[in-house]
Amino acid sequence: MTAIKRRRGMALLAGGLAAGMLLAACGGSDDSASDSAGEETAAEDTAAEDSGGEEDAGGEEDAGGDMAAGCEAYADYMGNEGTTVNVFTSILPPEQQLFEEAWAGFEECTGIDIVYEASDQFEAQLPTRIAGGNAPDIAWIPQPGLLERLVADGGPVAAPAATEALVDEYWNPAWKGYGTVDGTFYAAPLGSNMKSFVWYSPQVFADNGYEVPTTWDELWALSDQMVADGIDPWCGGLESGGATGWPATDWLEQVMLRLYGGDVYDQWVSHELTFQSPEVEAAMDVVAGWMKNPEYVNGGFGDVQTIALTPFQDAGAGIPTGECGMLQQASFYANFWQNFDENATVGPDGTAYAFYLPEISSEFPQPVVGGGEFVAAFADRPEVQAVQTYMASPDFHTSKAALGNWVSANSGVPLDTYAADSIDQLSAEFLTDPNGIFRFDASDLMPAAVGAGEMWTQMTAWFAEDKPTAEVLADIDAAWPAS
Amino acid sequence: MEELLTGLEKLWSGFLGIVIFGVLIAVLFFIGSRFRGRLSRPAAILIFLGPAALLLVMGLIVPAIRTIFASTQDASGNEFVGWANYQWIFDSQFDIIVNSILWIVITPIAATALGLTLALLLDRMRREAVAKSFIFMPMAISFVGASIIWSLIYEYRAPDKPQVGLLSQIVMWLGVDDPPKWLLWQPFNNYLLMVIMVWIQVGFAMVVLSAAIKAIPSDVVEAAELDGATGWKLFSRVTIPMIRGTLIVVVTTIMFAVLKIFDIVRVMTNGNYGTQIVANEMYAQAFVQFDVGRGSALAVVLFVAVIPLIVFNVVQLRKDRATR
Repeated sequence: MTAIKRRRGMALLAGGLAAGMLLAACGGSDDSASDSAGEETAAEDTAAEDSGGEEDAGGEEDAGGDMAAGCEAYADYMGNEGTTVNVFTSILPPEQQLFEEAWAGFEECTGIDIVYEASDQFEAQLPTRIAGGNAPDIAWIPQPGLLERLVADGGPVAAPAATEALVDEYWNPAWKGYGTVDGTFYAAPLGSNMKSFVWYSPQVFADNGYEVPTTWDELWALSDQMVADGIDPWCGGLESGGATGWPATDWLEQVMLRLYGGDVYDQWVSHELTFQSPEVEAAMDVVAGWMKNPEYVNGGFGDVQTIALTPFQDAGAGIPTGECGMLQQASFYANFWQNFDENATVGPDGTAYAFYLPEISSEFPQPVVGGGEFVAAFADRPEVQAVQTYMASPDFHTSKAALGNWVSANSGVPLDTYAADSIDQLSAEFLTDPNGIFRFDASDLMPAAVGAGEMWTQMTAWFAEDKPTAEVLADIDAAWPAS
Repeated sequence: MEELLTGLEKLWSGFLGIVIFGVLIAVLFFIGSRFRGRLSRPAAILIFLGPAALLLVMGLIVPAIRTIFASTQDASGNEFVGWANYQWIFDSQFDIIVNSILWIVITPIAATALGLTLALLLDRMRREAVAKSFIFMPMAISFVGASIIWSLIYEYRAPDKPQVGLLSQIVMWLGVDDPPKWLLWQPFNNYLLMVIMVWIQVGFAMVVLSAAIKAIPSDVVEAAELDGATGWKLFSRVTIPMIRGTLIVVVTTIMFAVLKIFDIVRVMTNGNYGTQIVANEMYAQAFVQFDVGRGSALAVVLFVAVIPLIVFNVVQLRKDRATR
C-alpha cells in the first residue's frame, strides 16, 4: 500500500516535472522570438520617429500618411503599415542578405515586413505547401514550366495591373510570355542569366594575335586557326551529377535559335516541331561539327568522348593554360575560374573573359538564350501586390544589381549600375537590348520527362557512346509525354 | 559567441527531448502498471505494442499502399493508367533490371568471398587488429564519399597528357599505352562500380566472419584434425558448415545494402553509359522528372524483388536454428 502510494507520488512528480519542462521549453522559445521581434519594432519606431521629425520640420503632409523623407520613391506602395509578406525562394544565404539589403529601404518606408525564407528543396516543398493550405505569399519560381504546373493545380493568383505595366515597359516581350499561362499574366521576372557566352583567355588571345570573333564565320575561321597553331579550340563537360547532359542541351538550343529564330524555337519547345524534324537534325549536325569535331575538342582532356565524362565545372581548366581555346558556357561560369587559380580574375584583362556567341544570320539578330526566376503571388492582399509590383520595378532591380553578382533583364536598370567591364554588365547589355531575340532555356520549358530526363540522357549518350543522331532524336521524341 | 549560444541551445533542446521522452515512457509504464487482473494483459499489449504498431502503419504500410496505388496512375497522379507504367519498365527499361540483378548477385558474393578469404588469412597473422582496422575503415566512409574517391581513381586523361587517375597510371606503367575511359567502358563499367561497393562492404564481411571462425569450438577442429582432415577439407567440411548461419546473414545483409544502393551510381555516372539501376531510375523519375507513376512503379518492382530475399533469409535462419 505504502509502496504503491510512493510510486504514484513519484510518477505524479515526474509527470509534473515533464509538464513544467515542456512549458519552460515553449516559453523559452516564445520569449526569445518576441524579444527579437520587440527589438525590431523598437528600431523601426525610432527610425519612424526620426524621419517623422524631419518631416514635421519640413511642414509637409502627404496624403499617404506620415511619409518620411527619402521615401518618395515608394509612394505607390504606401498604406500597408504593419503588414507582413513572406517570400519563399530557392536562393540561399549569403545571397539572401543581399536581397534583404536591397529592399531594406522599401520595408522602412512602407512598413511592410518582407520575411525571406529559402530552401534547397524548393521545388519539392512548394507544391506540398500549396496543397497543405500553407502557401507562401510570394514564391520565386526558377522556371516557367513549374509556374505552368502550379497554375494548372490552381495556386498562383494573377499579377496586378501595376506589375504588368512595369513588365510591359521594361522587359523584352519574350519575358512576359514566360510569366503568362493561358493568357493570364502571373509573374514578373526577377534575376536573369545569360547563356550565349563563349569564355576565353584574353592573355592567350593576345599572345597568339587572335581577335574576338564577331560573326559566325569568323568564329570558325578562328577555330581552324587555333587547330593550325596546335591549340584545341573548344572544350566542354557534361558531367553534372543528377543533371548530367545539360550543357549539351544548351549547345543545341544556341544553334536552334541562331538558325531558325524565335518562332521556330517556340514550336520546338511546344513539340509542334519534333526532334526528328529536319530542322532539329540540321541543328544537331552543326553541333556535331562543333563540339563533336575531333579536330576541335576536347582541349585539356582528350577526345570527344571525354566531354561526357568531364564535370562541367572543370571544363574550362585548359583555358587559362592555353590548352583549350574557347568554352561555351553561361554567365555564371564566371564564379568557377577561381577553382583553377585562386587569383583568377574575370575581365577584358583578366584570366578569363567572355564574348557573345555570334549570330548566324542577320535575319535573326542577336539571339540570346537565358534563364531567370519569376515572382509569383499566392495571395492578393494589397501588401502582397505592393511587394510584387515593387519587385518588378527598376528601383528594386537597380538597388539589387548595385550590390553585385546579380543581373537583371529590366531595361530600367542603368548599365553603369554594374561594375565596369564585369560579366554582369556584359550580360545585362545583351539581355536588355530591345532588338535582340531572347528565348528561355528550352530544356527548362519542355516537360520534365524530356527537358530534365531523356534529353540529358540522350545528349550524353550522343557524346559518350557516339549514338547515331537519328536514334538520339527518335528516343527523345518517344519520351515526350502523350496528351 | 552567437554560434556558441546556438550550439548550447541545440544541446539544451536535445537534452530536453531526451528527458521528455524518458518521462513519457515512465508515464506509459506507470499507466500500464495500474491495470490489474483480466485487463492487464490486453492493456500491456496495447501500451507496449501500440506505439510501434502505429508508427509501422504510418511509416510503412500506408506509404506502401499509397505507392502501389500511385504506380497505377499517370505522371501527375491524377489519372488511372492501369499497367502502363509496368509495361513501360519491362518494354524499355529492361537493361536497368538486368544491371540491378547483376549488382544483387555479384556484389554480395564477391564481398563475402573476399571477406572470408581475408578473415582466414588474417586469422594467423601477427598484428591482426591493425590489418583488420585498415580493411574495415572504408565501412566508415559514406557511399557518396567513397564514390568521389573512386571517381578520382577512374579519372581519364588522354595518354599523351599527365595522368590524373590512379588506375590509368598503373595500367600505363604495366605497359598499356592507351587505357580505356574506365567509366565509358561498357559493359565493364558496371563491374568497376561494383568494386566500390565491395571495397566498402568487405570489411564488414571480414569482421563478422572472423568472429564466427574464432567461435568454432576448438574441440571440433581438433577432432577433425585427428580424423586426418587438413587444409581444404578442414575448411570445406568443418569451417564452412560451422559458420553457415553467419555466412547467410552476411550475404543477405550486403544484398539489402545493394538493393538500396543508388548513391554510387548516381555520383559516378548518374546511370549514363549503360550503368543505370532501378533505385537511381526511380529517384530520377519521381523527383527529377516528377513522374510519380513511373517512379512508384519502379519502387514497387524493387519492393517485390526484396520479398524472396527476405523469405530466403528467414527460412535459412530457421533451418540453422533447428539444426543447433
